[in-house]
Amino acid sequence: MWRAMTSRLNASTEIASSVSGVRLSRGLLLLAVLAVSATVCHARGRRSADARSQTSAFEWTDTQWGRVLLMKDYNTRIVIFGVAVLGGASGLVGSFTLLRKRALMGDALSHASLPGIAIAFIAANWFGGDEKSLPWLLVGATASGLLGVAVILVIRNQTRLKEDAALGIVLSVFFGAGVALLGVIQQMDTGHAAGLEGFIYGKTASMRAADARLIAVTSLIVIAGCLVLFKELKLLCFDEGFAGAQGFPVIALDVGLMTMVVLVTIVGLQAVGLVLMIALLVIPAAAARFWTETMWRMMLWAALLGTGGSIVGGLVSALFPGLPSGAMIVLVCSLFFFVSMMLGTRRGVIIRFVRRMRLNRRIDRQHLLRAMYEQLEKTSGGQDHSGLAERANRRLAVSLGKLLSMRSWSRRRLSRAIERAVEDELLRIQNGACKLTQAGFAEAARLTRQHRLWEMYLIAYADVATANVDRDADKIEHVLAPEVIDQLEDLLDEQGMTIPVPQSPHGPLNADQALNADQALNADQALSADAGQTVEQIEAGGQSGTQQQPDAPGGPQ
Amino acid sequence: MTGEPFGAWIGQMLSLGFSWSWGLDGWIVVIGGLAAVASSLLGNFLVLRKMSMLGDAITHAVLPGIAVAFLLTQTRSSPAMFVGAVVVGLMTAVFTEWIRGAGGVDEGASMGVVFTSLFALGLVILVQTADAVDLDPNCVLYGSIELTPLDTVAIGGRDVPRAAVVLALVTVVNALFVLFFFKELRLTSFDPALATTMGFSSKWMHYGLMVLVSVTAVACFESVGSILVVAMFIVPAAAAYMLTDRLGVMIAISVALAIVSAVLGHVLALSVPAWIGYRSTTTSGMIAVAAGGLFFAAATLSPRHGVLVKLVRRQLLSLRILCDDIVASLFRGEELDQRPPTATWLAGELFASNWSMKAALAMLRRRGEVADQDDRLQLTHVGRERGQRLVRSHRLWEQYLVDRAGSGAERIHDQAERFEHFTDRNLRDELAKETDTPVEDPHGRPIPDES
Repeated sequence: MWRAMTSRLNASTEIASSVSGVRLSRGLLLLAVLAVSATVCHARGRRSADARSQTSAFEWTDTQWGRVLLMKDYNTRIVIFGVAVLGGASGLVGSFTLLRKRALMGDALSHASLPGIAIAFIAANWFGGDEKSLPWLLVGATASGLLGVAVILVIRNQTRLKEDAALGIVLSVFFGAGVALLGVIQQMDTGHAAGLEGFIYGKTASMRAADARLIAVTSLIVIAGCLVLFKELKLLCFDEGFAGAQGFPVIALDVGLMTMVVLVTIVGLQAVGLVLMIALLVIPAAAARFWTETMWRMMLWAALLGTGGSIVGGLVSALFPGLPSGAMIVLVCSLFFFVSMMLGTRRGVIIRFVRRMRLNRRIDRQHLLRAMYEQLEKTSGGQDHSGLAERANRRLAVSLGKLLSMRSWSRRRLSRAIERAVEDELLRIQNGACKLTQAGFAEAARLTRQHRLWEMYLIAYADVATANVDRDADKIEHVLAPEVIDQLEDLLDEQGMTIPVPQSPHGPLNADQALNADQALNADQALSADAGQTVEQIEAGGQSGTQQQPDAPGGPQ
Repeated sequence: MTGEPFGAWIGQMLSLGFSWSWGLDGWIVVIGGLAAVASSLLGNFLVLRKMSMLGDAITHAVLPGIAVAFLLTQTRSSPAMFVGAVVVGLMTAVFTEWIRGAGGVDEGASMGVVFTSLFALGLVILVQTADAVDLDPNCVLYGSIELTPLDTVAIGGRDVPRAAVVLALVTVVNALFVLFFFKELRLTSFDPALATTMGFSSKWMHYGLMVLVSVTAVACFESVGSILVVAMFIVPAAAAYMLTDRLGVMIAISVALAIVSAVLGHVLALSVPAWIGYRSTTTSGMIAVAAGGLFFAAATLSPRHGVLVKLVRRQLLSLRILCDDIVASLFRGEELDQRPPTATWLAGELFASNWSMKAALAMLRRRGEVADQDDRLQLTHVGRERGQRLVRSHRLWEQYLVDRAGSGAERIHDQAERFEHFTDRNLRDELAKETDTPVEDPHGRPIPDES
């Protein structure tokens, strides 16, 4: 009994150490060294990887800095070239997967390739072939990766589960199966599957000179594929349904894209390891998104960031032997990502913050000026007399308290807006009250006009209830494009109307009156004649074709 | 080894070619089961919140936490690393949320950015100190469940595996969390906006859940390996989601499935390699595979959401519609005094495949609605009544669509064609009433009376 137990325990330890025994750190650290030595062998007529070529990578002299940075070494050049091409290809493919919201697909399928590798190994063993022949294992990895992708798509399309659950299920179950198979392989006569886990952890013990070339060739194929199918894939990413309606073979394209992802991942996996591969697929593409809104620019950015990150990371790890190259490439890429996220000119955090600040300031100023104007209107006896009285009353002072009661804004925010307006000479402060300057008055009149134009438009065309238009207009008027204002003006111009400031559809209301429903109704009725007419005129001028009557925009008639 | 005779007996009973000892295998199953239950309890909410990949991300991302904790304390003591790992696990969730929110990056991508970066960072920290210490990232991340029974602590005079104690604690905490905050979790998972307006902070629930997910992930992978955590967070919950629409039931089912897959996984790990002449294999991997098998069964065979059931239901529906179409077109042919058509001609007319046409005709003959007359199809009395009903429905719909929905006459046929199969007597009467009991449809064809 005890013997059985101990023997099983031994087996378990073996298995455990086989799974955990690979030193990921060392593996990644060895990447540069081995790749260098491999290419040395290749360059010098396939001399075997002896100790000298390995240690030479570590013997840095003072001139080595210059040599590395200027890439004077043929070996460094080759390694950097390999990683750079891989980074570029991953960036390209990653852009598509990112836009298709499948960023973690690479994660799932790189895990899913493990059972394929194990089965290829077992099958080769079974038929007496070379278990560790790379093409054979790659075929297994690709097959199992593709199967994983297929299962993900089936789960996503045929069940009620979403993408994320499909990815997680495939990732964990396939990987579990792979680990279980490795546990069996561990006990096979031909001994140990050393190097098999290399596919997952990027241990490059089995890497030969041909592998570097394999990466380059595969990457170039994928890059070419992306460029040739650019238009189709772009359509697939943005509007799958439309692509289908246009007669593009959507499913074939999807499979093609996924195949390219699988190709890049599998080739990269055995060279640089799982985590780096995921990072190369995700990070450059996500970083590129901050810089541009255009698809081809994004892909260019992603490819550049992937390439640049790989080169810089590779160089850094070549300069400092203590730094594993895979991890350094990831970290350099994440640094790029962070910088992009902050400084990106399209969607960067800072630019968006600045944009928001600017918009808020503009909104505050517009609210302030309109509030001033409406106050002046009130004191000059309502809108009906506004045309006459405005100019005379422009110099009337409006107290801060009154302005504060106009909107729900804080005193601090209002004071800031006033300060800024004073700076721009739109307002003047006298005895703690605000006065409009000439320029300020013109601007206030223009803004009020714009607000009311938009209110009119909403009432006439969007069937917005009179009581709601103020809020709706408030939201949109600040972001109205000049063309839209032009169009609105044109509607008026066509009527030969010159309304300095269109009257408010709310009628000559005071704030306290507005609370009173009956009075408001009366006011609306009083107004309906004027406003209704204006609206009809706008309507008639704008929409010549349709003869639909607006549903009593001015109020009950 | 108190239950050895009993264990041996069970082993013989199972007689799958492996030996079972309660002292070892029993504990492995218990520990695996506890890890599975602890994870799947929370996994339900991860699946519902579409954050299934979080477990995977956290298990990769905690590496720097472990490394830093090690650097600070210079021991491999479990508590320090545990705290470090949990802190970084939580940071993963926070960073992901930040990049998603502030940067406007898709959830999966932001997760990918965060966990790969953190993993790389942890790797660099580890490699920088690797010569001085014996800390292997894989040892930390891919613990082995087979070895857990050997690391024991004495509790009440008995040696209990440490992992079992830790996992039991985590399971209890998770269960209490789910129990006490069930209402809040349900609301925040399904409708975070509503929850916030109702006064539950979905943000706090989110981070509470994240803390527990990190704790569970770290506690589990320390002893049983990260594959098992990732699998157990998602797979049982996903399988349960295929089987029910109720959250409480879903949690119960997922827990049951977690336990079943733990037991089944270990049994498979011991037995399957033995069939082909090898010794046992990794239990964690096999538990994941077993859970995958259970998911596959649930996804295929679930009575309501199963793929197979839906497929069958769709086939039956299309068969029924084909029957309808056959009967209706035979009726129309009779109306126009055409010669009864052959089955092949009709199949071409209705775009029906050979096979489905045969099935439909068999069905109609069995019901006695269609009869053959020298290889030509003819309606029986029963069939004629059905055809009359269908054609009536169709034409009433056309009339209704023109009258009420303002559809153009050229578009109504397809719509009516779709509706007619789902129109019963009541609806027909309603339609007739709405359209003022017309006698002709918009194409000028007579609308048959109710049979």
